Parts: sequence; C-alpha cells; structure tokens
Amino acid sequence: MFDFKVVTDWIDELLRSWLPASLVNITECVLIGICLLVAYALFALALIYAERKVCAAFQCRLGPNRVGPFGTVQVVCDMIKMLIKEIIEIKHVDRYLFNLAPYIVIISSLLAFSCIPFAKGLEILDFNVGIFFLIAASSIGIVGILLAGWASNNKFSLIGAMRSGAQMISYELSIGLSILTIVVLSGSMQLSTIVESQADGWFIFKGHIPAFVAFVVYLIAGTAETNRGPFDLPEAESELTAGYHTEYSGMHFGFFYVAEFVNMFIVAAVATTLFWGGWMPLHIPGWESFNAIMDYIPSLIWFLAKSAVMVFIIMWFKWTFPRLRIDQLLRLEWKYLLPINLCNLLLMVVVVAFDLHF
Amino acid sequence: MEITLSQAVFLFLAAVIVVCSILTVTTKRILRSATYLLFVLFATAGIYFQLNYSFLGAVQLTVYAGGIIVLYVFSIFLTRSDSGIKEKIKNSKVLAGLVASVVGAAICIFITMTHPFPASHVIGDEVNQKVIGTALMGTEKYQYLLPFEVISVLLLACIIGGILIARKR
Repeated sequence: MFDFKVVTDWIDELLRSWLPASLVNITECVLIGICLLVAYALFALALIYAERKVCAAFQCRLGPNRVGPFGTVQVVCDMIKMLIKEIIEIKHVDRYLFNLAPYIVIISSLLAFSCIPFAKGLEILDFNVGIFFLIAASSIGIVGILLAGWASNNKFSLIGAMRSGAQMISYELSIGLSILTIVVLSGSMQLSTIVESQADGWFIFKGHIPAFVAFVVYLIAGTAETNRGPFDLPEAESELTAGYHTEYSGMHFGFFYVAEFVNMFIVAAVATTLFWGGWMPLHIPGWESFNAIMDYIPSLIWFLAKSAVMVFIIMWFKWTFPRLRIDQLLRLEWKYLLPINLCNLLLMVVVVAFDLHF
Repeated sequence: MEITLSQAVFLFLAAVIVVCSILTVTTKRILRSATYLLFVLFATAGIYFQLNYSFLGAVQLTVYAGGIIVLYVFSIFLTRSDSGIKEKIKNSKVLAGLVASVVGAAICIFITMTHPFPASHVIGDEVNQKVIGTALMGTEKYQYLLPFEVISVLLLACIIGGILIARKR
C-alpha cells in the first residue's frame, strides 16, 4: 500500500538540503497551510457541484449542464462571481463583530478539516486526543453563527442564530456520545490509531449492534450539526429569508456557504474514519488473495469513495425529508436520540468488557 | 538576543491574552466583551497546545470557547442588556474597584517575584490519555475521584435549580 510519508519525507529532506533548520520549519508550515487551504477550496467546489447535481436528480431536473462538460465549470464561475462581488457595508450594525463572525466560522471549520486522516501517512494534525480536538474545534463555529445573527441587527437573523445555537448545542451531545461509543471500542482517541486498528475489520462490523446504532445516531446528529435539511430551520428560507446570513454579501456570505458544505464533508469523513475504516481497504479475515487485491486500490481513493457515499446519504436526507419544526427538532434530540445514545454507550461498554465483539 | 520559534509563539500568545483581557473589561458593548474573552480563552488554549498538553487545550476549547462563551452570548441575547449601558458609575464604586484591582495586582506581583520557579520538569511526549483517565477516576493520592464527584453533584444541583426557576410556578 502506498504510504504518503514517502512523499512528505522527500519534501522534508529536499528543504533541509537547501535551507537552514529554523527556516525549514517555517517553510513547511506555510506549505502545509497553502495545501490545506487549496484542498479546502477544492472540496467545497466539488461538494457544491455534487449538491446541485444530486438535488437536480432528486427533482427530476438536469442541474448545471451548460458551462464545461456536464456543467463542471459552472461552480468555478460561481466562485469567481462570489469573489468579485461587493461586500456591502450595513448601517447600524456592530461592524467589528459583523465582519469577524464569518472568519470564526471558517476557521473552526478549517481546524476540524485539518484533523482528518485522508490517506496512509497523509494527515496534518494527529494529536493523541485527535477526535476530541476535532469536536472541540467544530464547536467554536456556533459562536460565529451567534455573533453573525446578533451583529446583523435584523430580527430574522437573530431568530435564525438562536435556533442554530440551540440546535447545535443539543446535537453536539449526541455527536459526542456516539463518538465516545467508538472510542470505547477502539480504546484510543488518536485518529491514526483508530484507523490502524480497523485493519482486520471495520468498526461497524467489529462492534456489530452498538456500532451500527451509534452510526445511525451519528449520521442524524451530524446532519443537524451542519444545519442541513431536514434540520435547516436556522436558515429556513420560507420563514426567515436566509437566517443568520441574511445580511451578508460577497465573500463574507461565501465563507458561511463554503463552511457549511465543508462541514458536511467533515461529518461524512468522521463517519468514514470511525465506522467504515477510514482509508483502510476492505479486509476479510482468511481471504488472503481478496485482501491483497483490495490493497492495490490506493488508500486516498478508499477514503474519498467512502466519504462520497456518506455525503450522498446526507444529501439524500436533505432532498427527501420535509423540514422539522423547532419543537420537533429538540424533542427528537432530548427525548429519543440522547436516551438511545446513553443506553447504546452502556451496551458498548458491556460488549467490550465481556469481549463480545469480533 | 536570539529568540527561538517557541519563544516567539509564546510572546505572541501572551500579548494576545494581555491585550484582549484589557479590552474585555474596557469595551462598552457587552457582546464585544464576550468576544474578546473568547480570544483570551483561545490564546490560553494555544499555550496548552504549546506545552504539548493537547488534552487540556481541547478541553479548554470545547468547555470554555464552545460552552461557556455560547452560554454568555445566549444570556446576553435573552436579557438584551445593551440598553442599560449609559448608566453612570458612582464615584464610590470606581474607588472600590480601583482599590480592589491595585490590591489584586500587588498580591499577584508579590507572588510572582518571590516564587523561586524551579527548573521545570519537561515531559517530551504528549501525556498519555490513560494516565489522565486514571488520575481523574482514581481514589489514591493525587487522584481526583472525590472532587470530580463533588463537582458533578454541584452541577446537578444547578440543573435542578434552573428547572425550578424556569417552571414559573
């Protein structure tokens, strides 16, 4: 299996042969930052294109099909349009907080994005509390949304932000508990270790019933966490115009938009990493030749393909179910998902303690 | 004087903490104050990460930045306390505040100057997660099961109290 460590080590040695040691560190940080930002933007573009095509398919339309082959250049054009739009200054707002809010949202999303192990040896932040750090980083985004709603000085924005805050705080509990279920099974919070320990079977197969329940709960809570349909009432366009980002224009709106899409990818990627083996190929114990063939497929492709399936499921949710009311949304979390999750965590502890997993 | 990279990072974080702390208490708008406090907490988390104690850093981010600040912002939203901002502060209150801050600063400076600061015992690696877990849940010396449980009882009391107040009967 190709290890991306070869490439990164080669770049590291190349830099070391050219530059003094202190500069190498800085250069590498800058390089990693640039790669991260480029990857972030590319993922956002791909996801926006996918969303439009999937939405069109569900609504029996064609979607973008004029610019470039199958409309693929359409999103690039939209990006350029977004970049050159004017950022409108609004009167009677707290301008400092108004301009700060999109950056908080995008930074939190970017921090969470940088924790994801994309392929063998291709991971940027790999703390031994990796998954916990990822949750922590993504929880900062709420502050940005709340500030955006408040600073807009618009009652629809404020209602949207309040809804969003209530929703994200509630569903964070479910996300945390379902992730904790898998942490109990794997015995580690480090994302690379979690992936490595799925070499002889993905956790969804190893942890059978509790892992599957945790996966379903995680997917529901993750969809709610990203403010996507059927949980998109913070920006319910029929009642709140556009919720917390009503007053934003140009690239400031673009930040919210892009962060929402990449957050969806982050949820999908974490689901892949925790439940479906991350970049680990499908291995069936005993089938040696099958496993060897599976190893020929590059790890990056495994990861992206699994994430794409997860993203598709999340999009499927959005274009299938009608939007929930706020009381239904909170009841779903506090009366159903949370008790199910707690019982499930207990079940997982029993399974691990009595060694009932595969 | 040669400044290493980690010193530069520390100086930057310290400057952020100092400046944002001052702004937190001097700004006139309460939501800005909460935002500056958020930056202080970020920078503190940054120092934990610099000390290679990523667990505490992540806890700082998730509990303070993601939890407490959101709670503050929510309570500011619900009370709309921006209207009472033009209230004049009484002279006696200003005096009391000044005295309190001078005494606090004096104590802090005294302790910092007299503390010997022994050469710190640097652990090269990240602290293992299992060590933290057993320390939190153990009953032996330097283990924290009792404080942990006391705090959880306190939080439970707070939750029950909150529900009682919110029921309005």
